[in-house]
Amino acid sequence: MTGATPALSVAGLGLRIGGVSIVEDVSIDVPPGEFLVIIGPNGAGKTTLFNLLSGVARPTAGSIALGGRDITHAAPYVRARLGLGRTFQTSTIFAGLSTLENVRLAASAALGTSARAWHLADHEAAPLARARRALADVGLGGRENIHAALLSHGEKRKLDLAILLCTEPDVVLLDEPTAGMAVEDVPEMVRLIASIHRDQAKTVLMVEHRMDLVLSLADRMAVMHHGALLAIDTPDRIVANETVQTAYLGDPL
Amino acid sequence: MSPRFATFAIAALGLLAAGLPFIGLTVPGLFEGPLNSPGTLNLLGLCFVFGALALTYDIVFGFTGLLSFGHALYFAVGVYVTAIALVRWHWSLPQALALTALVALVLPLALGAVCLRVRDIPFAMVTLAFAEAASILVLQNPYGLTGGEEGLALGSGVLPAGLIGVANTAHLYWIATGVLAATGAIGWWAVHSPPGRVWQAIRENERRVAVLGLNPYAYKLASFVLSGFLAAVAGVAYLLLQGGANPQITTANFTLVLLVMVVLGGVGTLWGAVIGGIVYEYLDFRLLEFSNGSGLQDLPAVLRVPLSEPLFILGVLFIVLVLFLPGGLGGLLRHVPRRLPRPSG
Amino acid sequence: MSTIVLLLVTGLGLGALYFLVAAGLSLIWGLMRVLNFAHGAFFTVAAYAGFFAATALPASPWLQWFVGLLAGILAGGVFAVLTEIILIRPLYRRPVGQVLVTVGLALATLALVEGAFGSDPRQVTLPDWMNATTTLLGAAIPNTRFVVLLLAGLVLAGLLFFLQRTRYGLIVRAGVENRSMVSALGIDVERAFTLVFAIGGMAAGLAGVLGATYYGTIDPSRGTTMLISAFIVVVIGGLGSITGSALAAAIVGLLQQFLNFYAAAGVGDFAVVILLAGVLLLRPGGLLGGPAT
Ligand SMILES: Nc1ncnc2c1ncn2[C@@H]1O[C@H](COP(=O)(O)OP(=O)(O)OP(=O)(O)O)[C@@H](O)[C@H]1O
Ligand SMILES: [Mg+2]
Repeated sequence: MTGATPALSVAGLGLRIGGVSIVEDVSIDVPPGEFLVIIGPNGAGKTTLFNLLSGVARPTAGSIALGGRDITHAAPYVRARLGLGRTFQTSTIFAGLSTLENVRLAASAALGTSARAWHLADHEAAPLARARRALADVGLGGRENIHAALLSHGEKRKLDLAILLCTEPDVVLLDEPTAGMAVEDVPEMVRLIASIHRDQAKTVLMVEHRMDLVLSLADRMAVMHHGALLAIDTPDRIVANETVQTAYLGDPL
Repeated sequence: MSPRFATFAIAALGLLAAGLPFIGLTVPGLFEGPLNSPGTLNLLGLCFVFGALALTYDIVFGFTGLLSFGHALYFAVGVYVTAIALVRWHWSLPQALALTALVALVLPLALGAVCLRVRDIPFAMVTLAFAEAASILVLQNPYGLTGGEEGLALGSGVLPAGLIGVANTAHLYWIATGVLAATGAIGWWAVHSPPGRVWQAIRENERRVAVLGLNPYAYKLASFVLSGFLAAVAGVAYLLLQGGANPQITTANFTLVLLVMVVLGGVGTLWGAVIGGIVYEYLDFRLLEFSNGSGLQDLPAVLRVPLSEPLFILGVLFIVLVLFLPGGLGGLLRHVPRRLPRPSG
Repeated sequence: MSTIVLLLVTGLGLGALYFLVAAGLSLIWGLMRVLNFAHGAFFTVAAYAGFFAATALPASPWLQWFVGLLAGILAGGVFAVLTEIILIRPLYRRPVGQVLVTVGLALATLALVEGAFGSDPRQVTLPDWMNATTTLLGAAIPNTRFVVLLLAGLVLAGLLFFLQRTRYGLIVRAGVENRSMVSALGIDVERAFTLVFAIGGMAAGLAGVLGATYYGTIDPSRGTTMLISAFIVVVIGGLGSITGSALAAAIVGLLQQFLNFYAAAGVGDFAVVILLAGVLLLRPGGLLGGPAT
């Protein structure tokens, strides 16, 4: 951790809405390539933290830097171009478009070809190739021409991930990627995420409720409670931490 | 519909439309005179103009998800700027068209830039407010330019000879047909181009588009300007067919009617909107004839009054459609193929 | 000087009408995210209901006026509640659909009123006192201006009391400020929705009758003009904010009156839209609103 610029650096980040503190004084440095899992009870502010990081919400205090560059006030699309990608807690695919179109759009955005009004989208080779690769990576290769709205819930979550992969981000924010998935689909999703982190050397921040899933994945774990960062440490020490025990693990889930 | 069949169908329809002025057939019940009579050609030309106009609205509303309530304004730009340049300033037609093109680019760009600072319903309100301001302006007749409530007749001598008189209705009809074909082609290309796909993605989920690294504002503005510009083109054709400008087309009601046309035909398909526009204009014309006709006079007032108001019938039809058939008339056809692929998992 | 006073009071009176229409729009939007295009129709129907109720009654002009007022409020409220239950409620999951049905309703209602009663303005009879003027700071001001201002002021006070002091008011306010909270708290959302529609409809109904009092005539198209002005007021004031609507209504009414008088007819209406553009550029959430959503 010493020396190298953190991939993502958050200092004193806070959000107050109408006098209520939703995120309070959160500071984290995430070194490149780290897998950081964020846990915390419902309403702890995990999603809001991701919203602040991705620019969907604006902080009322603190600063955010991506690869050493200040992005506290940058628009969401600027952050994305700088290499920050995210998924949302509920699948946010483009339901009215085909599965392929969903990923091709993202690939086109990343390749900088989205504004080519003088082309037909169907005739663009590079985005298509990248889109097909991403679909194959998440195991949706055979579902290209299906209306995204008609995919099963598990498939939608995979598509979510494929859209994200297409943009080839350096830092990936995953908000409960297994939420609402059928139990039997979860291990595959976890494997998929692990392979993305390992093979594509991405820095991953992931919110996850189920501790058992992530203990093996995480380099470090951060615990949020009432908007604040309670602890951040290696998984085994987090599990042993007494404050965390009472604040989080003590909570019936 | 397979793409090949669609291409074939469109080509056939285009040929038929272009050749209509040579067909002396009468279609009893549908049109008063033979197909190539000036009356029928004029009505059909207007239908095509409204088809084109509805299509331009479908780009911004159906494909980009922008509920603009000010689209009439850009149509009115085509009608009024051209008319003022021709009649008041005695410009030649090409000069007038050049000015109209300029205004039709700059105005939606400037107003869109402001309106798109807000989203959804506030956006709808603000676009409406701007259009209303323009409507008030037209009615005020500033410097005697717009003719106020009277409107502005093109009169003699302002247009090239080939565009004047009943004998030349076929030329005007061809212009309208050409405008519909051109807007259709440009609209089709636009929604199938990479930016067009981004529009649809914005319609589905703007936030997700932003975190992909695209600036939704710029894409929405592009959609707004393109549809505004094409609406002005339709406005020019309307002006020529009508032989003048009338303030009704600037009112808020006219935008609402436009919305009705598009929803009637089905949102987000282009051709649905075209059909909606054509059918609307046709019905509007015929309903007016019908309500002025003698058929209604014998009815008791409770029936006669509502039935003789085309907008009442359309409003009610519209409500029923929105409540029970969200896809519009076009959706009826579209439902079938859309339901076929089923998730396997 | 006397001209300025006259314009001031007249502009505020106009603003009072805008406020009555805008308040309902703003509450409905704040709580339900519904853009109610039929709000102008509530205004129009109430104006005609008030007119016919008053003329049907062989009573003194004051009693007639009062009955007309009540009839208008009632008509606006009933129309609004029916709209909510029959058209809006089935479409809770389709926000655009909700806007569209109100558009259809607005078109149909306007056409029906026009078909039934003609598009020409009708003269309303007012108590003699209302046709007279009162001299204030040298300006002869029509008494109707005071009536409109007084009643709109009462509505403003009543709405603020309702929102800040009553149980349902708190629910509505909580819903406007944080929509997720309404359902999270397990509150009877449907009843709150019907309630804001009722309140909005009654306020618009009151505006319909007061509009007749203010202008001395009724016609089918004034509802649409009012609706558009109210849209502008709501956006300038900040969506969901009642005090914002009141403030913006006053500004818009005054701006229109003064410019239409001192510049030229129509300039005032135009300036209001320019003001709207300025507010959007500088404060997209409106004067007293939060950040735009
Ligand atoms: N815009 C907002 N206005 C008001 N309150 C908000 C807003 N956004 C979030 N909150 C509140 O902040 C708290 C944190 O919410 P958040 O969604 O970040 O929690 P979370 O940790 O992701 O919870 P979960 O595990 O349920 O996903 C919640 O109580 C929520 O109601
Ligand atoms: Mg969350």
